[in-house]
Amino acid sequence: MAGAQKVIPGFRLTLGYTLFYLSLLVLIPLAGLVFKTMELSWSEFVATITDPVVVAAYQLTFGAAALAALVNGVFGLIIAWVLVREPFTGRRYFDALIDFPFALPTAVAGITFSNLYLTDGWIGGFGDHVTAFLNGLAGHLGHPNLLAGSALSWLDFPFSNTNTGIVIVLIFVGLPFVVRSIQPVLQEWDPEFEQAAYSLGANGVTTFRRVIFPEIFPAWLSGVALAFARAIGEYGSVIFIASNIPGKSQIVPLQIVTKLDEFEPAKATAIGVVLLFASLLILLAINGIEVWSRRRSQAAV
Amino acid sequence: MRMSGMKTGFAVALLGFVALAAGGLKQAEGGQSVTLLNVSYDATREFYEAVNDAFAADYLKKTGTQVTIQQSHGGSGKQALSVVNGLQADVVTLGLAWDIDAIQRAGLLKQGWQEKFPYNSAPYTSTIAFLVRKGNPKHIHDWADLLKPGVQVIAANPKSSGAARWVFLGLWGAVGGAKTYDLATKEGLAASIADGKAATDFPIYKNAAALAAVTELYRHVPVLDTGGRGATVTFAQKGIGDVLVNWENELYLANDEFGKDKFEIVYPSTSVLAEPPVAVVDSIVDKKGTRAAATAYLDYLYTPEAQDTIAQYHYRPRDIEVYQKYAGSFPAVKLFTVDQAFGGWPRVQKTFFADGGVFDQIYKPVK
Repeated sequence: MAGAQKVIPGFRLTLGYTLFYLSLLVLIPLAGLVFKTMELSWSEFVATITDPVVVAAYQLTFGAAALAALVNGVFGLIIAWVLVREPFTGRRYFDALIDFPFALPTAVAGITFSNLYLTDGWIGGFGDHVTAFLNGLAGHLGHPNLLAGSALSWLDFPFSNTNTGIVIVLIFVGLPFVVRSIQPVLQEWDPEFEQAAYSLGANGVTTFRRVIFPEIFPAWLSGVALAFARAIGEYGSVIFIASNIPGKSQIVPLQIVTKLDEFEPAKATAIGVVLLFASLLILLAINGIEVWSRRRSQAAV
Repeated sequence: MRMSGMKTGFAVALLGFVALAAGGLKQAEGGQSVTLLNVSYDATREFYEAVNDAFAADYLKKTGTQVTIQQSHGGSGKQALSVVNGLQADVVTLGLAWDIDAIQRAGLLKQGWQEKFPYNSAPYTSTIAFLVRKGNPKHIHDWADLLKPGVQVIAANPKSSGAARWVFLGLWGAVGGAKTYDLATKEGLAASIADGKAATDFPIYKNAAALAAVTELYRHVPVLDTGGRGATVTFAQKGIGDVLVNWENELYLANDEFGKDKFEIVYPSTSVLAEPPVAVVDSIVDKKGTRAAATAYLDYLYTPEAQDTIAQYHYRPRDIEVYQKYAGSFPAVKLFTVDQAFGGWPRVQKTFFADGGVFDQIYKPVK
């Protein structure tokens, strides 16, 4: 017992500090949230959170966040792999870019994305811009109408004010979580295991599925979970790219802000509490899978 | 051993909270300088910057007191909420009376605040008009034209935006045939206020055509911004929609910011008289001892000099002489009032914008 205490010097002080710090920053605000909600009667609470517009907002928020987290799960893994395993010129700079979404104020990201994906924006109207450019070039050679105006409109991505746009900004804000979770595991990973698998006759897919992925799975899952949680609470970037139509394209955080604007803070916190508990449940489930997979891989060894 | 460790831990945590509380108390002792905080809404930023310096010079000359005015701007409803939650505003100058009512309900203001200053405590008025693209390609001249097939309208969400509530009322009153006034004359101005106080019956709420028109309007809105300024950006900068419906002064601002050759301002034949009110926050000025300066500040808004500045920033002055001096920049619109036609904001809010109100019904998802 006495020996155990010496592992961390100043145990009492650090415990006190931890309790104080966590209460101040997390527990007290959370308790306040629940207390504020209790100003509502049970029936008011139920009516608030089952309002069709609010339910639609929950569906959109969880759906878009899940989709964004899955996309990040796939592409974040590829990016992490490339950054760790493939040496190429400027790799460090690309590596530094990954943290960009952490640092950039999300409202700035929202405005930028929203302008890029407008019908005449750089990406939103990409095909049309290319058509205009090519026709301009061809004009000098005497063929001013080389391409029909809509020839390349399949290269237009006008996602501003659509729910696809919401998913795109959520992918942006969640990207670093997946990459940064997997990177350290991949760096520790010894490529000799892969060579061993190959020499035993496994092909690339089998090696990835049976040898590499089980090793990085817990880290990957926690990265996806973090990206998902981040996307659930995201507000600043989404309101600039969403069309914010009630029942169609309003995210839950916007519903909360709207309730505050109506001077209904208790209803706002009610919606927030449900969002919080739903997110907690999902994160707990993901955590469970993670623990289960760790046990399983240990049992396999 | 472990237990005593825990106890010490809790003691340290407790000590932390005590230290924090003591720090908070210390900060509550205020200074003595005359600094006023004016909590206002988005659209008035430039206007109050111009007025504040003139008032400070005037107050220094009259009383020998140096006054500094700090400004805070944001969505009208959010600003009211900040004051309710403890923002130390000496005066509030918000977008609609409902937001000051909310501060009054929180007990920071005495009842009857709207009688403290002339003209319903609104030193200037404004109205709702349209901004269309150059040449008016969709031929938009009046409210009914907004509802024509293929017209995309940019307006904000009335649940979160003060400006958007005036837009909603503008259409409802115009279609519902509300009684209108000519605010450019002394008689019209006096009647608009007297009728508002005397009104008892509000048949306009039952007007089916108005309900149908408002329902149709929001079917034409592709992007529902949370604030009036956001709607302006969506229309003027992002190039979405055929017509922006917003504050008159906001339309002039958009015109100046984004290029005069790109847009035209169109006035409907009738519109709503928007009366953005002002108030001294009683409990805060009494605590800070700033009542005299705060009252003088709001009184100053009614002086001919301030009324002139008001007109230059495209708000409609209450002073008839100033109004007529700038008559050229305020096209004649027949205006109806919220008090006379709708019986004031509490009623409007409850019927139209509260949870489950008319606006919510419009957007009820169809399953």
